[in-house]
Amino acid sequence: MTQSLQTHSNPDLRPAGLRGVASDFASDQRAFKTASWGKAMMWIFLLSDTFVFGCFLLAYMTARMSTPVAWPNPSEVFALHIGGQDVPLILIAIMTFVLISSSGTMAMAVNFGYRRERGRTAALMLATALLGATFVGMQAFEWTKLISEGVRPWENPWGAAQFGSSFFMITGFHGTHVTIGVIFLFIVARKVWRGDFDEARRGFFTSRKGHYEAVEIMGLYWHFVDLVWVFIFAFFYLW
Amino acid sequence: MSETTAHAQTHTQARTQTHTGQQHPIRLYLLVWGLLFVLSAFSYMVDYLGIQGFARWSLILVFMMLKAGLIVAIFMHMAWERLALVYAILLPPALVLVFTALMVSEANYTILTRLAFFGTAP
Repeated sequence: MTQSLQTHSNPDLRPAGLRGVASDFASDQRAFKTASWGKAMMWIFLLSDTFVFGCFLLAYMTARMSTPVAWPNPSEVFALHIGGQDVPLILIAIMTFVLISSSGTMAMAVNFGYRRERGRTAALMLATALLGATFVGMQAFEWTKLISEGVRPWENPWGAAQFGSSFFMITGFHGTHVTIGVIFLFIVARKVWRGDFDEARRGFFTSRKGHYEAVEIMGLYWHFVDLVWVFIFAFFYLW
Repeated sequence: MSETTAHAQTHTQARTQTHTGQQHPIRLYLLVWGLLFVLSAFSYMVDYLGIQGFARWSLILVFMMLKAGLIVAIFMHMAWERLALVYAILLPPALVLVFTALMVSEANYTILTRLAFFGTAP
């Protein structure tokens, strides 16, 4: 008991490596010593979301591998006509850069949050939210373009019928995640701006004291959305 | 009673630790941001230059894994967490690879039966 109390409070006494994994899980206390429960719960939620997106991408792989009809070439399907010539995948590339930039501003917002620089944190979170909204807007444009060209979940003009259902399912679910993220970014940014985390003001829903870790947990979710896009970009658009 | 107080104390200590724990120089984030941009540009170039076959797939996968690794390790601070959390979160997704192997074999069987019974039409 005394020893576990010591390892709980004094990080210098905690063993490292695999021995550390065993002692953390066997400590009869919280297993994740450096992560608060809020952060650990967000990680576990993200793990479950990983499986959701993993299943979508696997369903897409199975559909694409098992159809005898040729798969539409995403490079041509997502090309835009700019300056008299077709530029392949250009919209998707811009969307990728927009989302990566939003991840960058989010990471810096977390950093300024822990330095208790209220104004900069809120401004960077607002920038993140605006970049996220831009991403969703471009996705709406992409959907409109494809639907007007005749893409449906059950058919499309270029090849295998499963292309439409995979596309709408995967990008639709990802876009929903981005939209929810934007909404929560606005909520947390407002709290930062108002100084909720400086004076430990209690939240309206949970009545728990606010602190700047909320910004980092929000960041975890946002970076995950970016992470999922990395996989969608590779497997759906580039493959 | 003294035990509960001790517990409460260690809790506040742990909380302050996690609060000051994730403090890294802004330069590091800007560097990773730049790297992600370059890697994204590279993976876009794979499509733009029309690289095909094995080279295309391996390049796509390499750039994808590098980007994912940078995001998880630096932006999500996984590099500074204890191994207990790292293993608890990063090992389970490996099971998706088992699922992938199952579905590859299933998809191969489906395409074989479709070709055998329906020819090339769906």
